[in-house]
Amino acid sequence: MGQKKLSERAIEWGASAVAHASILIIALIFLFLFAEGYKIFAYDDPLHIFFGTDWQPTSQNPRYEMLALIVGSLVVTLGAMLIAIPLGVGCAIYLSEIAPPHLAEILKPIIEILAGIPSVVLGFFALVVLAPLISLAFGVPSGLTALNGALILAVMILPTIETISEDALRAVPKGFREASFAMGATHWETIRHVAVPAAMPGITVAILLGFGRAIGETMVVLMATGNASIMPTGLLDPVRAMTSTIASEMGEVAQGSAHYFALFMVGCILFAISFAVNLAASMIVKRGQNS
Amino acid sequence: MNRKHMQWLAFTLLKLCALMVVAVLFVIIFDIASKGAGAISWEFLTEAPKNHMTQGGIFPAIWGTLLLSIGAILLAFPTGVLTAIYLTEYSAQSRTIIFIDAAITNLAGVPSIVFGLFGFALFVAFFGFGASMLAGSLTLALMVLPIIIKTSEEALLSVPHSFREASLALGATKWQTVRHSVLPYAVPGLLTGLILGVSRAAGETAPILFTAAAYFLPSLPSSVFDQTMALPYHLYILSTQSFNLKATEHLQYGTALVLLGLVLALNLAAIIVRSHFRRKYRW
Repeated sequence: MGQKKLSERAIEWGASAVAHASILIIALIFLFLFAEGYKIFAYDDPLHIFFGTDWQPTSQNPRYEMLALIVGSLVVTLGAMLIAIPLGVGCAIYLSEIAPPHLAEILKPIIEILAGIPSVVLGFFALVVLAPLISLAFGVPSGLTALNGALILAVMILPTIETISEDALRAVPKGFREASFAMGATHWETIRHVAVPAAMPGITVAILLGFGRAIGETMVVLMATGNASIMPTGLLDPVRAMTSTIASEMGEVAQGSAHYFALFMVGCILFAISFAVNLAASMIVKRGQNS
Repeated sequence: MNRKHMQWLAFTLLKLCALMVVAVLFVIIFDIASKGAGAISWEFLTEAPKNHMTQGGIFPAIWGTLLLSIGAILLAFPTGVLTAIYLTEYSAQSRTIIFIDAAITNLAGVPSIVFGLFGFALFVAFFGFGASMLAGSLTLALMVLPIIIKTSEEALLSVPHSFREASLALGATKWQTVRHSVLPYAVPGLLTGLILGVSRAAGETAPILFTAAAYFLPSLPSSVFDQTMALPYHLYILSTQSFNLKATEHLQYGTALVLLGLVLALNLAAIIVRSHFRRKYRW
């Protein structure tokens, strides 16, 4: 065989360069966030910034302490997980193990449609429909609370948790279930003691990615939770998440100011969380492939 | 409680879970559709907002969203498909693949608001594009890139290996093989990714908050360096920052319905394309 033609090689190089761009983009995101974000440490020490609860970026004596925002994000996210995990995993078990195939065929696109609803539309729904209901049901003056955010965020991450859990359950070999049936186990006992445990790594990945999705979501939280940057004491308090803080303050901030750097540091925290979540998820996936 | 009753109870609960999910979807869509339908009219779809956005239509926002998402897909689609071609057809060293794969997975998990921050720092400030359609489309392109790559990879991998072997055996080069024996059969999958990418870009708000979106503009954007209105952002400000929230509720619902309709129509198109071609090609 002669030498590869030049055009062939050019195409291969081109494709290779473009493919490597993904690595470059991730590196650039980290670089730009960190390069702006770390400058906030010139204004206060990291201990105060990460563990203080006073977020007052526009006051006379500005404070850029982020704990209330971090806790705000966590409260809403964990609330959403409490609702979405049982519903999502339950739905996945029903669709993969129990529902007749034709029903599963119909339900699958329905869940895809739910996944496609833009987050701003869900946020709008929480704002005009859910919030007044919560205000009425719990006798609080405004329904824009952590609970409201958690409920609508749960709706948003349901499809993520359901789809990945269902894939994991469907990947469990049929032989496992047949063996269980042959031992005299009922259908439910087989699901509970054989199918679900075998699919557990996949279900864990589903939960992790659902968590990452929830804590990184902006519009839903921005519109639904009331945005008060105080330490929340319960689900019926208004809260302000990290994402919504960036969204609502970035527009008015002067480039190169302490406030600007502080918002980039909040972005760094979010980026670090999403990085950790993805790393954990891919480690679980890899361990599953090896065994 | 015996085993049969236990099973009945568990299955009922699981069925309820599935029912809840479906019910939630229907409640949300029904609420938006029933209250939004009244606001939809020819004027609403073709006119600009009037009277401090308390009257009139949403045409500039529809137009802006179309331009932004088409711009994003023009940038992300070729890049994504080429990346997928490299990953599935060319790259041999597994270490490279692992790194690129990890980068793509991470990119898919980056919160949309972080893309917004990054887009601001890189495109708006560093490159000096300002808040513009260009900066917005670039930011959205980064966000939909992982979706395009993943769906394209799946599409390419689903083409049987024997197609490639047959082509190579006939003396075709690598690129000729990819070009004539792989890509044509992956088109439906690639198309699905393209439509899903447009739909995702059209529905996102956070990445364009500080890179492209304007509260109100008297005229349509005339160059890529102009700011633009956009449907998701318009819904956000109408429902949170209007002078009189109650009085504009029909406009808010109308905007929500148009956005929801646009995005769901695109998703439906993707589902149809996929199932249509799945029936057409069988190997």
